[in-house]
Amino acid sequence: MAYRPQPTMNRDTAFFWEGLREHQLLLQRCLGCSAVRHPARPMCPRCNSTEWDTFEASGRGSVYSYVIPHHPRFPFMEDPFVVVLVELEEGVRLVSNLCEVDPDVIEPGMQVEVFYVAFDDGLVLHQFRPAALG
Amino acid sequence: MTRRLGGRAAIAGIGQTEFSKDSGRSELQLACEAVKAALDDAGLTPLDVDGMVTFTHDQNEEIEVARNLGVRSLSFFSRVGYGGGAAAATIMQAAMAVATGVADVVVCYRAFNERSGFRFGGTDQEPVASPLWIAPYAPFGLLTPAAWVALHAQRYMSTYGVSNADFGQISVVDRLHASTNPAAWFYERPITIDDHRASRWIIEPVLRLLDCCQESDGGVAMVVTTAERARDLRQPPAYVTAAAQGAAEDGEQMTSYHREDITGLPEMGVVGNRLWRDSGLAPTDVQVAILYDHFTPFVLMQLEELGFCGKGEAKDFASVENLTRGGQLPINTNGGLLGEAYIHGMNGILEAVRQVRGTSCNQVDDVEHVLVTSGTGVPTSGLILGGSPS
Repeated sequence: MAYRPQPTMNRDTAFFWEGLREHQLLLQRCLGCSAVRHPARPMCPRCNSTEWDTFEASGRGSVYSYVIPHHPRFPFMEDPFVVVLVELEEGVRLVSNLCEVDPDVIEPGMQVEVFYVAFDDGLVLHQFRPAALG
Repeated sequence: MTRRLGGRAAIAGIGQTEFSKDSGRSELQLACEAVKAALDDAGLTPLDVDGMVTFTHDQNEEIEVARNLGVRSLSFFSRVGYGGGAAAATIMQAAMAVATGVADVVVCYRAFNERSGFRFGGTDQEPVASPLWIAPYAPFGLLTPAAWVALHAQRYMSTYGVSNADFGQISVVDRLHASTNPAAWFYERPITIDDHRASRWIIEPVLRLLDCCQESDGGVAMVVTTAERARDLRQPPAYVTAAAQGAAEDGEQMTSYHREDITGLPEMGVVGNRLWRDSGLAPTDVQVAILYDHFTPFVLMQLEELGFCGKGEAKDFASVENLTRGGQLPINTNGGLLGEAYIHGMNGILEAVRQVRGTSCNQVDDVEHVLVTSGTGVPTSGLILGGSPS
């Protein structure tokens, strides 16, 4: 087990982090117009509905952007690590870590898939790795 | 009453402390010294002051600055949010206040010990509670302004074929200008593009050390009053030709990764459109631009958002020759945040005033209008200053 900063959450966003504990990548969907949105927020900017539900994303997507932070070093991150902005198949983007990859071969468009890692204090985070072929 | 703000207010005084890495005194003392210097410059006294504007981030309470200076009463005080995005907006608030008559002499200030005290993006201080907006990013090690900016800029690089060496042009320009400014931390210390290339990665493959601005201790202040009153004061007025704030669709504080396109700075696009519209000027009408340069990639993106070049063209526009004196658009003639000091963008407004007055260390010929911008990647602001009221 290892430590990661605990995300602050409120009643608008808690479902996302609770879903990760069940190894589910939950996305918010507007019940007014069916628009998917992330990060979670209380009102749909398209139709202004406050009614929403959640559904499980496929966990597949592609690299939209990425960086390898070198400085400052954080005691809870094992160097080197990759921060990735993933564009999910469902059309929304989320930030995660890209693991099990040679940083030199990362490029936008690379296909990736989710997996889950447990950290201290009950925190489970989504992580990504290159998608298995086929 | 006309609905136009342009030409009705002016910056009549500027003041600053020295810029250092360890000021050796409190932030409040820095703020008071800077305000006093700005009033002295204008030929005014604390008894003339009836308004104050600063950043929400500033730790110096208006009433504390007032009671140290001996200001009798304040009829207007206001703060602007979003970190360095606030800088030009403090002048905008002050200009609106004097133009509408709710105040007559407004001081705008920003003072901090950002190097020797609380450092943004530092790892040695734990915030009491991590804000909600950081939650989708912090657990993954995306925790510093440099990293937030770089995740945008990498997409910009891959979309338009921009390299880290292209960003290095900005570092070289800023340090060249700082090298002849005695107030700059990097006075007499210019760099070459090879120095840039040899500096270590901070955020690979986007930001090297020399792409990131320094951290500084210091204070900066300005005096804003009506155009009429400014004409009777000690210094030639730097008229507020246009002023604007900008926030844009689906923006976050520094992590606007969820827009359809993340290769621009739409907040700055909002600012630029308003400034050009309200002033009736075009990019070719400004002789100098002071562009917020906390991280070099966003200087290129600002050139595009403000209309100095087309989308994706900044890497060709932003040559050292083009951005220094004699070029198409000299920028950051004080050395910018990279070269002079990081006083959250307020020191850049002072440089814009000096260019209008004709007193810059790197004075550009025949300056009529100067554009100055504030923090990028956040809701932001900008100004056009001019030597005449129209």
